[in-house]
Amino acid sequence: MKLKSPPLLFVLLVITTQTFAQDSTDLLSLVAKDKPKKEYVYGAFKSPRVIMSHSMEMLRPGVMDFRILHRFGRVNGGAYEFFGLDGPASVRLGLDYGITDDLTVGIGRSTFNKEVDGFVKYRIIQQSTGPKSSPVSLIGIVGSTYTGLKWSDPTRQNYFSSRVAYYGQAILGRKFSEAVSLQFIPSILHRNLVPTENDPNDLFATGVGGRIKVSHRVALTFDYHYIINQNDKAPFHNPLSLGVDIETGGHVFQLHFTNSKGMNERAYLAATEYQWSKGDVFFGFNISRQFQIHKKRG
Amino acid sequence: MLKRNLIVILALLLTSVSFAQGKYYTKTGKISFYSKAPLEEIEGKNKTVTAVLDSKSGAMQFAVEMKGFEFQKQLMQQHFNENYVESDKYPKGEFKGAIVNNSEINYSKDGTYTAKVKGKLTIHGVTKDVESTGTLKINGGKIDAASTFNVLMSDYNIKIPAIVKDKVSNNIKITVDCDLEPLKG
Repeated sequence: MKLKSPPLLFVLLVITTQTFAQDSTDLLSLVAKDKPKKEYVYGAFKSPRVIMSHSMEMLRPGVMDFRILHRFGRVNGGAYEFFGLDGPASVRLGLDYGITDDLTVGIGRSTFNKEVDGFVKYRIIQQSTGPKSSPVSLIGIVGSTYTGLKWSDPTRQNYFSSRVAYYGQAILGRKFSEAVSLQFIPSILHRNLVPTENDPNDLFATGVGGRIKVSHRVALTFDYHYIINQNDKAPFHNPLSLGVDIETGGHVFQLHFTNSKGMNERAYLAATEYQWSKGDVFFGFNISRQFQIHKKRG
Repeated sequence: MLKRNLIVILALLLTSVSFAQGKYYTKTGKISFYSKAPLEEIEGKNKTVTAVLDSKSGAMQFAVEMKGFEFQKQLMQQHFNENYVESDKYPKGEFKGAIVNNSEINYSKDGTYTAKVKGKLTIHGVTKDVESTGTLKINGGKIDAASTFNVLMSDYNIKIPAIVKDKVSNNIKITVDCDLEPLKG
């Protein structure tokens, strides 16, 4: 009996040392792994705008985005007009600010129609991965525009409300991969005053926007809106923009071609006079410069 | 006889318990990095580092979620994740190594010891040998492990475009600060 014990002891010792040796190869496995966490998806677009439309991307809290939107003249002006670069140019200066992760507000002033516009953009659902995740982001935007143009007929009774239009927009978007993001953009635009009685006060539109990333800092982008109840007799068309996003540190340059001269929602939905098919296209750029106004503590 | 075997088994169980006690860990360790370039200083902080140290062998391991780094400016965080470390593709940074002079450290005695650490650091999918000197402060069964070392971004295949050369340094200072507690089990 006494002889049997040492082998048993030996066997047990060998087993313990073996488990010990296995343990030491991956120490991290000793610590209980964290449960999979819900992770939000960021960076569907380089900028909170695709080109003319809002994108599914929000400004982060405390960030101010100074936007210079510039459209040259028509490209089909030919060499005499230096392909539109001689002008006349159209500009919108804008300031957007991120209040929280899900709330952004902004204002802008456009040359086109001497318009001031403002909006509130709220993210209802953010695309995420992990438990209880959502495959898409859902964003709602409400905004208003105000034209400062002189009354075309000052002799008649003119109302302040006639200068104002409102819009509501939803964005349903998904970042499909590191490179590809797509979004669906239904909009409704209400104009208090319309040019002719054939023009509906409420204009409905559906739009799409997307991007394909070419490298870390360069992406191809497009956005398009189809106006559902456009007045057939009006000389207005559906806006389409094609562009390239170039990011350089704190700036995003959005170089693009578009048939929309206006750069707020009322202008591109209701007042796109030009047509791609006729070559009536503008070259333009958006410059977005982000400043961190409020710094994170800690 | 049965009793004797039982004693042996108990003794062995005790050994394995004390063996587990020889290990220290944390899940809230801190790692920060610092880039100093002529036009901009960038600092990223991560407070959810997992680290385990085996006092018997001196082996140590760190793991850090790249997305957990926080910056003063949101845009820096976005660029860090998207353009530099590509944290969707390479979510984790890891260090696996050992204290070379482990025999000089008396884990049962309070005090501050200098530890020479050697091992492999994996960032952005690239693994490189690194060496550093740090301190182990042993106080009442807990260990405060700290170290500072430099890495080159280019070693880890992270490219800095010429346009931001004055804002992002290739030479990154990494500071590790972990309060390790005994691992039970």
